[in-house]
Amino acid sequence: MDMFLEYLKAFIVGGLLCVIAQILIDKTKLNPARILVSYVVAGVFLGAIGAYDKLVDFAGGGATTPLTGFGYTISKGVRNAVDAEGLIGALKGGVTATAGGITAALFLGLLASLIFKSKPKK
Amino acid sequence: MNIDNKTYKKYADARAKKSPIWKNCIWAFCSGGIICSIGHFLRGMWMRFGLNGDNAGMMASVTLIFAAILLTGIGVFDNIAKHTGAGTLVPITGFANAIASSAIDTRSEGYVLGVGAKIFTIAGPVILYGISAGVVYGLIYFAITVI
Repeated sequence: MDMFLEYLKAFIVGGLLCVIAQILIDKTKLNPARILVSYVVAGVFLGAIGAYDKLVDFAGGGATTPLTGFGYTISKGVRNAVDAEGLIGALKGGVTATAGGITAALFLGLLASLIFKSKPKK
Repeated sequence: MNIDNKTYKKYADARAKKSPIWKNCIWAFCSGGIICSIGHFLRGMWMRFGLNGDNAGMMASVTLIFAAILLTGIGVFDNIAKHTGAGTLVPITGFANAIASSAIDTRSEGYVLGVGAKIFTIAGPVILYGISAGVVYGLIYFAITVI
């Protein structure tokens, strides 16, 4: 039962974050690229004020999987690096914390361009 | 009429009947919820493999990125995303799809100024503004801790 509740929370929080973006796409002039940028910056902000920590505790993957979670990881990395090294941490923390995800995405993207051919849009 | 694929797609999209917003939202909610539940499952799985919380979260993202890039490569992702909209865009899968599709589509323009540059079409802004927001936060946080 606990397990079910855990997944239900991840499902609902993650789903709601997507619905907000869907409404923004349908009702405003925000295109997908702007949505992604807004979500990352929102994640940094919510992480900075400490709100996103609570959401991650509550929803787990429901909060870390959306792109706001990427922003949250940046803010958390910056905070830890500033705590450890002072001002220089502001320059190092964000990229260090997200290095794995960014590197994997870029490297796998490059591999994909070597393997797959572009298909005409249907 | 002699038009290329891109112009035709633009024309067709403009003429296409827009699906109602409530339907889009249900699709986005369900698909986004499922992907996040998978993300949650993967996080637990990588922890059982002995990774700590942060690394398990990162590897959960990497697993989803791998899946999204593979689905983009075989041409399935676009067909799914047509229905799911923000449900596949907002999770890390949307970021991965943006990287892979721009990389694959620009192969004919060469590997440096084609793939190398265009792979950042969407990833670039996301990384740029994410990191910049992080630097601003770092400066403010440092100022607060010093005072």
